[in-house]
Amino acid sequence: MRHVITLLVENEFGVLTRVTGLFSGRGFNIESLCVAETLDPTVSTMTIVTRGDDQILEQVLKQLNKLIPVIKVVDLIEKEFVEREMVLVKVSATSETREEILRVIDIFRGKVIDVGAKTYTIEVTGDEKKINALLALLKPLGIKELVRTGRVAMIRGSKITTEPGA
Amino acid sequence: MKKTGSQIIVESLKKEGVDIIFNYPGGAVLPLFDELQSASFKQVLVRHEQAAVHAADGYARATGKVGVVIVTSGPGATNTVTGIATAFMDSIPIVVMTGQVPTLLIGNDAFQEADIIGITRPCTKHNYLVKDVKDLARTLREAFYVARNGRPGPVLIDLPKDTLINSTEFKYPEKVFIRGYQPTYEGHLGQIQRAVKLILKSKKPVLYVGGGIISSNASKELTLFAEKCGIPVTMTLMGLGSFPGNHPLSLGMLGMHGTYWANMAVMESDLLIAVGSRFDDRVTGKIEAFAPQAKIIHIDIDPTSISKNVRVDLPIVGDCKRILSKILSLLEEEEVASFKAGLEKWHHQVEKFKAIHNMTYEQKEIIKPQFVIEKIYELTKGDAIISTEVGQNQMWTAQYFPFLKPRTLLTSGGLGTMGYGLPAAMGAQAAFPNKLVIDISGDGSFQMNSQELATVVQYQMPIKVVILNNGYLGMVRQWQEFFYGKRYASSCLEGTSPDFVKLAEAYGAVGFRTNKPEEVVPMLKKAFSIPEPVIIDFSVDPEENVYPMVPAGEPLNQMRLV
Repeated sequence: MRHVITLLVENEFGVLTRVTGLFSGRGFNIESLCVAETLDPTVSTMTIVTRGDDQILEQVLKQLNKLIPVIKVVDLIEKEFVEREMVLVKVSATSETREEILRVIDIFRGKVIDVGAKTYTIEVTGDEKKINALLALLKPLGIKELVRTGRVAMIRGSKITTEPGA
Repeated sequence: MKKTGSQIIVESLKKEGVDIIFNYPGGAVLPLFDELQSASFKQVLVRHEQAAVHAADGYARATGKVGVVIVTSGPGATNTVTGIATAFMDSIPIVVMTGQVPTLLIGNDAFQEADIIGITRPCTKHNYLVKDVKDLARTLREAFYVARNGRPGPVLIDLPKDTLINSTEFKYPEKVFIRGYQPTYEGHLGQIQRAVKLILKSKKPVLYVGGGIISSNASKELTLFAEKCGIPVTMTLMGLGSFPGNHPLSLGMLGMHGTYWANMAVMESDLLIAVGSRFDDRVTGKIEAFAPQAKIIHIDIDPTSISKNVRVDLPIVGDCKRILSKILSLLEEEEVASFKAGLEKWHHQVEKFKAIHNMTYEQKEIIKPQFVIEKIYELTKGDAIISTEVGQNQMWTAQYFPFLKPRTLLTSGGLGTMGYGLPAAMGAQAAFPNKLVIDISGDGSFQMNSQELATVVQYQMPIKVVILNNGYLGMVRQWQEFFYGKRYASSCLEGTSPDFVKLAEAYGAVGFRTNKPEEVVPMLKKAFSIPEPVIIDFSVDPEENVYPMVPAGEPLNQMRLV
């Protein structure tokens, strides 16, 4: 099953290795991982997307909690949440395809952020489904390169995911 | 006033109440050793860094205090890894300080550089690289706090040479607050109340206790609870001594080499009260067939231990001592009396299990290893600190020496580290110079850290090393006999070991040897009376096996008894 895990961690060196070590030690692949500072510069948030046996993941979550620099662990899959990801796509843009590309991007509320002689570089934000749908449309037009940020996520409503005591 | 990093470490260790340091010097850590020379700590110079860690671990197990190790960078640091992993698996509080190349050289393949933080990350409770001397005092304070609080464990501090040399104002933090580390000590009251109800409803309860009783100093509470309710107690290897082994309610050890009646009682029980134990595979046997009728209450300070291997019906996270006290306070006399009366049938059933198979051996013309251990118990009346190596010597000790008090058995349970016993005995003897400390060893294990005889002689530690010499790596041979058609691949040491008496003498210790059963007692008596280190080489039955044995992966009631 797919899990989206949010962690609050001390913003210091070595924490990332400690966290990922618990996944790699069990042969779990991390699909995406996103780390950045929070409002409090001593704390970072990590968003990890992974798949695996539920019972083993429960054990991983407990062990994440046990790591000294980990302040909080939340498995968002148990809650209502929103998630977003940004992608940068470089597509080949010929005189025949330029119009088509712009139309597609417009529908997906994306932007062209760089134009080359034969390429467009596009920025799009959305959840997994939206990004995958866009990529499916752009693929036949010729995707040259693709970079994804990995997912970030938050609990819906007024509850706060990242409050240490929450 | 400003102090150097090295001075800060010495001051901090004093504040932590450290009295003994096990160490081995080297280039990167010389500034600290220079400072230690004039400090008041007792220092034990080992002959291999692995032994320093085992010694600190033995010291910690015997005293309940945090063991301290100081070694150098590179090979000094990597040599500690087995010792650290041993302490990690058995939840033993130690602080290991390793030297490191200067900060500017880290990552440059400098001389004697090793990424010990990376190497020990999975086998320490936590580790620290101190790049700035300003962080040093706080880090030391935290390290000791983390090592001894919650579920104890080893902590490593890596100290680049410039951190040891640079200076800053010294102020030792009085309090520690780590927002990511807040262990739970008080058990959830509702859960405890539910546990009491479950206990009073049970007809065939068993207490299954482990090392957590010893690390939380809960032996008194455990004994009170077991006696008050009349519940039989079985112990894991790590739990031996937490409940008196000669107590009528003691079932001895359970698991792969547990007693027949302990394993049968667990399999027949309707309630298993696990306290400070973790359902290790050597304890449960085939997990799906483990205690099939039992409801399980699991009391443990570490939430990751709960429902890891076995689904638990009622978990209580917290300190064993506090939770057992709470349970005791909730038990009402009348209810307990009628509950206890209802257990009579269960006690009879357990007695029946005992009658079916007792722990026996026949002492004929060749010395039986079990005989030696029984005699050690009789001569010491259990008043000794026993360390063991790993394998048959360890299992026979667990079976034939009824440990009476906590912190009297030092053994590598989780990792199963051969070569643990002698250095661990050093740690205990350093803490208790006047106690009788005995390392029960095998001819294989002993040679894994026999260089420490030099340390033992240097500090005149009167340790007795009892070698149960069967000319084999006995437990390996036993498995090969049972499961590999008696093909003894690489497990025969016959004729290849050194003359242990001469070896003892070469180091300046005393050595005895015999193969005659009638000489066992006089020889042990003599050894115990000499205030010097003694090695006793007993030639024992080479093909004696450890019984009962539950083959790996079989249910607990499928024991080989002969």
